[in-house]
Amino acid sequence: MASHDSYFLPHKAIWPIVGSIGLTTLLAGFANFLNGAAIGPMMMWLGAAIMITMLVGWFGTVIKESVAGWYSHQVEISFRWGMIWFIISEVFFFAAFFGALYYTRVLAIPWMGDEDSITNEFLWKSFESAWPTNGPGAIGGHFEPMGAWGIPALNTLILLSSGVTVTWAHWGLLANKRSQLIQGLIATVALGFLFVVLQAFEYHEAYTEMGLTLGSGIYGSTFFMLTGFHGLHVTIGAIMLTVVLLRSARGHFSPEHHFAFEAAAWYWHFVDVVWLGLFIFVYWL
Amino acid sequence: MSAVTHEDLHDHHDHGPAKGFLRWVFTTNHKDIGTLYLTTALIMFFVGGAMSLVIRAELFQPGLQFVDPGFFNQMTTLHALIMVFGAVMPAFAGLANWMIPIMIGAPDMALPRLNNWSFWLLPFAFALLASTLFMDGGAPAAGWTLYPPLVLQGGNNLPFAIFSIHLLGISSIMAAINIIVTIFNMRAPGMTMMKLPMFVWTWLITAFLLILVMPVFAGAVTMLLTDKFFGTSFFNAAGGGDPVLYQHLFWFFGHPEVYILILPSFGVVSQIIPTFARKPLFGYSSMVYATASIGLLSFVVWAHHQYTVGMPLAGELYFTYATMLIAVPTGVKVFNWVATMWKGAMTFETPMLFAIAFVVLFTFGGFTGLMMSISPADLQYHDTYFIVAHFHYVLVPGAVFALIAATYFWLPKWTGHMYDERLGKLHFWLTAISVNVLFFPQHFSGLAGMPRRIPDYAVQFAEFNAMSSIGAFIFGFSQLIFVYVIIKAIRGGQPATDEVWEGAAEHGLEWQLPSPPPYHSWEVAPLVK
Repeated sequence: MASHDSYFLPHKAIWPIVGSIGLTTLLAGFANFLNGAAIGPMMMWLGAAIMITMLVGWFGTVIKESVAGWYSHQVEISFRWGMIWFIISEVFFFAAFFGALYYTRVLAIPWMGDEDSITNEFLWKSFESAWPTNGPGAIGGHFEPMGAWGIPALNTLILLSSGVTVTWAHWGLLANKRSQLIQGLIATVALGFLFVVLQAFEYHEAYTEMGLTLGSGIYGSTFFMLTGFHGLHVTIGAIMLTVVLLRSARGHFSPEHHFAFEAAAWYWHFVDVVWLGLFIFVYWL
Repeated sequence: MSAVTHEDLHDHHDHGPAKGFLRWVFTTNHKDIGTLYLTTALIMFFVGGAMSLVIRAELFQPGLQFVDPGFFNQMTTLHALIMVFGAVMPAFAGLANWMIPIMIGAPDMALPRLNNWSFWLLPFAFALLASTLFMDGGAPAAGWTLYPPLVLQGGNNLPFAIFSIHLLGISSIMAAINIIVTIFNMRAPGMTMMKLPMFVWTWLITAFLLILVMPVFAGAVTMLLTDKFFGTSFFNAAGGGDPVLYQHLFWFFGHPEVYILILPSFGVVSQIIPTFARKPLFGYSSMVYATASIGLLSFVVWAHHQYTVGMPLAGELYFTYATMLIAVPTGVKVFNWVATMWKGAMTFETPMLFAIAFVVLFTFGGFTGLMMSISPADLQYHDTYFIVAHFHYVLVPGAVFALIAATYFWLPKWTGHMYDERLGKLHFWLTAISVNVLFFPQHFSGLAGMPRRIPDYAVQFAEFNAMSSIGAFIFGFSQLIFVYVIIKAIRGGQPATDEVWEGAAEHGLEWQLPSPPPYHSWEVAPLVK
């Protein structure tokens, strides 16, 4: 057993190489699928199965070690810094797509429609800049843009509420009230999955009734890529919170030691803030 | 603070490495992982180097001699991708793994399992990239910048190349997170931030840059993927997108990326020059602030790579002036290195020779960068061999020289044996002379108008290209001496003392450990005064 002021160093790591094999199989399968090779989907399933095994195995090991009390305060600080910088890297992944949205809306499209510019004169003569648009070639055909005040507004309410419930759960954890912790987490996870279900309805409506697809020019591209990657992150965050919920039920956390809870909660607040950016710049303005 | 090692869930103290090949697959030891990175980087340096020799062989004379133009373009693309992501970045990650824990008095990296994964994604990423050579349409051939629409018109390679970049990005981000956490949380008592060795400081800034830009690159290539396969219009003007958007996203990554390659080089040189001048580094705190300034400025100058693509005048002016500002902190560094040597008791062992050559030749490459920062002048230089000469001067006698210097500097510490100084000096002089024969003439052919990335050229450029190719082959084969010296030092040789270099113990904690250091360095943290 590690004493309080020692730093835990694992001796051997078997899961990383499994992760490399799984991720490479998954991506090589996806690449083959995109190129139309028949082997693609099978490789993707295999890769995904290996990845899931890896995640369960790796996190399982870490949970066991955590419960065994091997992680000193200093180890927890390492985990905290690690999670913070991971979330910052995620912020910059979204920044690329927000950057694409701003660049096209603020610069590229007005330039294309500018009668004083040569490109408008010679290439896109009749194009008038506007947003939303699918460009001078009307790529993807006629579509209706997604309004802000239906499902998106409801989803904003849902995500903001889930931010409140997760904080309430945290207060319960700090006060050692396990029922408040568990109820708060159940509410948060439920709201998270409700968000994903409603977003699925929204996508269904877009594709079947509004003519709005991933192929609807730059509007469809930015809309679906931004909201799609966000939805993926909500799903990941909700899975993280589900694991935290199951661990809470088993009594893994104490008011002093609950890094996993905090990491999942930080991640949840991060997807919350990204959503606010989406609601304002993709749906509303 | 002391370190405790566990094998699986048993309370089992094991202080030596495991046996056999699996030791390297499952290792969590920072020195093992550092060795893996460095070995991989050296192999990839020769793979990328072989590709550049294909290029130089083809360009030895005008006309098409050896390869068809399509394959030539694949070689230029892969040479760049492999040298940047396969050689220089992993080599610096290897140095970081080996040296940072030792230099800050830590038992290991903060997140050892993650450290293993950071490395073990690389061979898989390179396998994906290399597999494209054998596909219909061959490897990516649109240049390492992967500009659309050209890159979207290739064969089956695109998704493989993009996923390879995703894996490399994940690897870099995890390595960067680990390095930041290690520096923040694992320093020995008394090792305050302003006592950190410069190599550690430069890597800290580099790690920030990696975390902020690799995800943007991942996003940009993801847009390439969806534009090709899922009907999006990010880079398609007919759909309201803009191919120039890709260039902005790419260079928002790309410009900090070149500092990711050079900042740790600055760190290495800042370790070596004081040791062989037998003086403390001149202006330590100004070095720290200059490094941070270069890091910050790297985020706001990216469009100087795109002066010719069409930008509002205000943009051209802004990016010109912002870019020129970088010369200020870089100048601070160069003057500090020179001032460190001033009136020092200098000796010129191989690491010092490479470090001094770095200062001179990197500064030269920096000056041609300053020329190109001027937007109206750049219209003449853009996409010519002048830019090729510029970035090879900062990356070869810059980053690569720093890596070679670092290897000679720390090799006795790593292996416990002194390397062959006579062969080291021979390696230096052959390398330093041939690198100038290789790249200096490219300035002239570029200024005379020779475009980059072409397999054939006008007869007027023949002499400069012949010179360049001769330099390239001498340079390439000289590096075999380097490999021989490394293997020789690993096998045996004169035992190295703990401090290796006279008086080095004053210059860092790594010289206070035995040579080679024990498998777990600093199990008991040193007290830093």
